[in-house]
Amino acid sequence: MLRLLNIEFLKLRYSRSSKILILTYFILITFIALIASIEFPIGNMNFRLADQGIFNFPFIWHFNSFIAATLKLFLAIVIVSMMSNEYSNRTLKQNLIDGLSKKEFILSKFITVMVFSIVSTIFLFVVSLILGLSFSDYNEFSIIFSDLEYILAYFVKLTGFFAFCLFLGILVKRSAFALGFLFIWWIVETILYAILKWRIFKGSDIADKIVQFLPLESMSNLVKEPFSRLNAVQTAANQLGSAFEKDYTIHWYQILIVIVWTVLFVYFSYALLKKRDL
Amino acid sequence: METILSINQLTKVYGPLKAVNNLSFTIEKGNVYGILGPNGSGKSTTLGMVLNVVNKTSGEFKWFDGAESTHEALKKVGAIIEHPNFYPYMTAAQNLELVCKIKGVPSHKVEEKLEVVGLLDRKDSKFRTFSLGMKQRLAIASALLNDPEILILDEPTNGLDPQGIHQIREIIRKIASDGTTILLASHLLDEVEKVCSHVVIIRKGVKLYSGPVDGINASHGFFELEAENTELLQQFLNEHPSIGKVSLKGNLVTAIIEEPMSASDINQYLFEKGLSLSYLIKRKESLEEQFLQLTNQTTA
Repeated sequence: MLRLLNIEFLKLRYSRSSKILILTYFILITFIALIASIEFPIGNMNFRLADQGIFNFPFIWHFNSFIAATLKLFLAIVIVSMMSNEYSNRTLKQNLIDGLSKKEFILSKFITVMVFSIVSTIFLFVVSLILGLSFSDYNEFSIIFSDLEYILAYFVKLTGFFAFCLFLGILVKRSAFALGFLFIWWIVETILYAILKWRIFKGSDIADKIVQFLPLESMSNLVKEPFSRLNAVQTAANQLGSAFEKDYTIHWYQILIVIVWTVLFVYFSYALLKKRDL
Repeated sequence: METILSINQLTKVYGPLKAVNNLSFTIEKGNVYGILGPNGSGKSTTLGMVLNVVNKTSGEFKWFDGAESTHEALKKVGAIIEHPNFYPYMTAAQNLELVCKIKGVPSHKVEEKLEVVGLLDRKDSKFRTFSLGMKQRLAIASALLNDPEILILDEPTNGLDPQGIHQIREIIRKIASDGTTILLASHLLDEVEKVCSHVVIIRKGVKLYSGPVDGINASHGFFELEAENTELLQQFLNEHPSIGKVSLKGNLVTAIIEEPMSASDINQYLFEKGLSLSYLIKRKESLEEQFLQLTNQTTA
């Protein structure tokens, strides 16, 4: 297993574009801290975003994992191209001839993806912890370490998304087209949801129940947008008389759905590679 | 003899096309084999199947004693398929280190093998800056990293200039003289004739011949003769019981030999008949002629 990781590490290490993207990704995560310094004047009051409670424990776990998750596209580009470049450089063929089995090949890619997710999760945890400790209004130990399931959800979400990228890289074989395909897939899911919600099952929540099983939707369901949880937004909504209730908690079955997709995508990648003549 | 690879009834079907049809042969240790066939005859497909990149339709193949899985066995094999495939953004040495990791050999081999193919001074240049000849030599170095039991080369000189071809052939000859088994696929006959001891000839996925290079054609060769009186020469030759077909091209008479017979035999026979020759040579068909004969036989 270490051998496979080593092989993959060598391939990435010398690729300048991959290095730049990976570095950008991690730097951007630290830049979440910059949100703290956003200030804008309302009337003669200075409105500081950090004072709105976004860095309060345990809300910060939710907020930061949502913000950090939007950055995953940077790593997605790296992952899609590390897969499809093996096709365009024909190095996949050479790797197999040199004695790597198809199973090992997929495994080496998946382990790398796992390492990306793990490192990113740890990174997010540390950044959030530091941010929280400097800005949070509550610093009791029990509060700091509550709601940590968002960090777990973040990890599962990232792994699932990257496994999807791997699969697309193998399926489409060209990085640009694979990313395009990812976008199209997202549009299809959105349209499907719209049709189910507003046409077929109008006025009920059956549509949501179905859509939560789709890959991208299930991943985005894991960490829902945190903005409507902010006090300011809640108050504003209350004043407008449209108080809304939303379920922000992470359910075990949501995690399970994403894990199932992850397993399926890795398996499909392997099956596809096994079936193909190179 | 130790068997390195045995192929049994191997078949590959692409849609309506039978690329490889019930192909069987074995590779023994220490020989240099050529797989000969026109373009599109199934050479690369066959190699692709034994190298784990093309899925077979039916039949089987066995590496060594068949105890290991194919990908484990491939770690003891060195192979180059068509054009060299490496990571363009990595240097020669980095690419070879990666191959070392895959094959599980220590990376100190890298410099040694770069030396063999004469690329040591370019080891820190990126692969994409290499010329085709250099890429091909790097591919050979990569195939040699594990000191393979067998070296498989698929069209190694394809697209190279004469100098590049010469360099590659020299390298192959050097490797062969070290006792490494080599399997060389090519459509270039002189290439096979120059380096191979055994040959497998395939056409449209069907095996036509497999065995030693000089055993392709059982014929005893032919004479080329010239004399002042060409008509008389032809007449005497036709009367000789061991001579088959006699044909004339310009002043040159060609006589196919049907029974073992030396040049002095025919010289003496004609001299006794009162005819003196101005030109006499006994020849065997070149591999090219034999190959064309063989492939044409089955066209009809």
